Amino acid sequence: MRVGLLVTCLIDTMRPEIAFSTIKLLESAGCTVLVPEGQTCCGQPGYSAGDNVTARALAIKFLDEFESFDYIVIPSGSCGGMVRTHYADLFPGDPRLSARLAAITPRVYELTEFLHGVLKLERLPSAQPKAFSGAITYHDSCCGLRELGVRQQPRALLAKVERVTLTEMNDCQACCGFGGTFAVKYGDISSAIVDEKCANIHASGSQAVVLGDLGCMLNIEGRLRRSGDHTTRVLHVAQVLAGDA
Amino acid sequence: MQIQSMHFKARAGEKLADQRLQKSLKKLATKFVTGRAAAILELDDFEGTRDAAKDKRMRAIENLDVWLQTFEAEATRRGATVLYAESAADAAQLVVQIAHKHGVRKAIKSKSMVSEEMNLNSALEAAGVQIVETDLGEYILQINDNEPPSHIIAPVIHKDKEQISDLFARVHGRPRLTDIEEMTREAREILRPHFLSADMGITGGNFIIAETGSVAIVTNEGNEGMCTLMPPKVHVAVTGIEKVLPTLEDLATMMRLLPRSATGQSISNYFSLLTGPRASDELDGPEHMYFVLVDAGRSALVGSEFEDMLRCIRCGACMNHCPVYQKIGGHAYGWVYPGPMGSVLTPNYIGVENALDLPQASTLCGECHVVCPVKIPLPDLLRKLRKKQFEGRLRPGLEYAGFAIWSYLAQRPRLYRMATGIAVRALRMMGDSRRMISWLPLARGWTAQRDMPAPPGKTFQQLYRERKASTPP
Repeated sequence: MRVGLLVTCLIDTMRPEIAFSTIKLLESAGCTVLVPEGQTCCGQPGYSAGDNVTARALAIKFLDEFESFDYIVIPSGSCGGMVRTHYADLFPGDPRLSARLAAITPRVYELTEFLHGVLKLERLPSAQPKAFSGAITYHDSCCGLRELGVRQQPRALLAKVERVTLTEMNDCQACCGFGGTFAVKYGDISSAIVDEKCANIHASGSQAVVLGDLGCMLNIEGRLRRSGDHTTRVLHVAQVLAGDA
Repeated sequence: MQIQSMHFKARAGEKLADQRLQKSLKKLATKFVTGRAAAILELDDFEGTRDAAKDKRMRAIENLDVWLQTFEAEATRRGATVLYAESAADAAQLVVQIAHKHGVRKAIKSKSMVSEEMNLNSALEAAGVQIVETDLGEYILQINDNEPPSHIIAPVIHKDKEQISDLFARVHGRPRLTDIEEMTREAREILRPHFLSADMGITGGNFIIAETGSVAIVTNEGNEGMCTLMPPKVHVAVTGIEKVLPTLEDLATMMRLLPRSATGQSISNYFSLLTGPRASDELDGPEHMYFVLVDAGRSALVGSEFEDMLRCIRCGACMNHCPVYQKIGGHAYGWVYPGPMGSVLTPNYIGVENALDLPQASTLCGECHVVCPVKIPLPDLLRKLRKKQFEGRLRPGLEYAGFAIWSYLAQRPRLYRMATGIAVRALRMMGDSRRMISWLPLARGWTAQRDMPAPPGKTFQQLYRERKASTPP
């Protein structure tokens, strides 16, 4: 099956290795992964700021680039949420675009939804020799959880990784305080919120927090490091499943 | 209440630094969040009840004029007087006129957020009418120099017991008490003579019921009964025009959700359904009953993109569960209604330009929508307000410049790849030995208290192309 990968702008720029782990996972399950070269961003930053004009243009760009694939996989809950739940809001009174969107939406998946629900992945690819092993906890990112219902899929997949054991932290579903430009505009509030998350991660006794969204990842890692924690790892679920980190 | 919403950022900063407040705000999670989670399990079909409540509220809102007319006819038929006020200030003047008409010197009041919109207490005092708050939380705030509430159902959540002990000792001039029960008894002793000597009782109204012309009032202290059934010869219920419900059955649905969502209670300690003044064959109740129904921006939302907001039943669940409210409390929002519901209502009622921060000061995490008993899509409404700001050129110039550049590049893949290639190299160089960036010129809000993990220096697109070029097909 031909799978189109929406890399996402933050993975493309900040953590490219996550996209390689994603490809490794999909290919190990027999998918043919294609990465449309022209892709840039799903449009969520504009949509959240009220720039629906740009968001709409990028939504159309997404349709043009991805509608030929059997499936579209996104290693991010928030970009997945943008496509699946918010794009429809950008095409009011446009039946042609709405129809194209309706045709592609059922084929758009967040990575763990796809691995668990569609591919029914049983065997994970073999891990690299230096792959992380130890105690982990999972942070549910807001959009994945509340817009897409991603909750048990990453946990079911992580349970197959013998090197790690998952201990739930308190308030794993609470927002980490990222919120896109919120983290810059209201940095002090955002930091106070992520402090709660960091405390819960520490209290869980885990050596790594695993999650599925880059925003949360940069936010949590940035706050852990600034507050003097140089050891707790912050890993994307794809990295752990692929045995790459 | 004086509008302070434009000072959101500075006030939020103060609240974050207030260690005492931070401790007080922890009560939200332990009392309300946990309580609600347990209470909703009591309902066989919580989701179905939410859907029903939403539908019933929308049925009222979509034909608001019709239901208000029905309410007015029924209330009038039962001897009450129904008055409408276009603005909050008009509403306050109506209450003042009622007080003057009946020679009222002292009025007692149970909790009402609409009366905060109206600045009712200061209007009455200016007119020579003494006003005494009888909800314990509101009473505490009134004797603390008319401090505004910081939460719509727990107005004094921002204070701890010690602060209230000090306040009581100072204002009551009695020995300082530290036991909550004793402190409450002291407040009752102070309030009792007011209940017995007041001429007028003012209440809010959680709902008004069209088919019977009644007002429904939910409290935990029973003070609403004291304000309406005891000596006062006049009862004035002030509430928003959107609070109308067609039937008592609708009310029953709301009551399954309201206490559970608000405080985690299966039912509130007290619940009054008041219909008309005292009839000749009745033993208690006021001689005169008035309704002051306040528009103050509400009718403008009917049929608008913010119409969903009108079905709010003021439970406070959205703020209890909001990560931002949990950190800064209600005062930072700067007007009557805080948290997510307030961030939608405030710009709509006092002007988008007077509350520019509120729709922005949300992570859009979506938890408010998840817990709302009437399923108000609060994050969507906040986004609509952001759109209104963006399109109305109400954002800072730098924000427009940033989005213009992003918009231009994101629609031109080749340029975008060049730009991101340069950006990630620059960011990589800004990283220290730990590969952390500790200062970013345009994102100081981020780096003031956080590092930014540095990128490896090449984009995925670059690395992917390199890899494809090196692997034979």
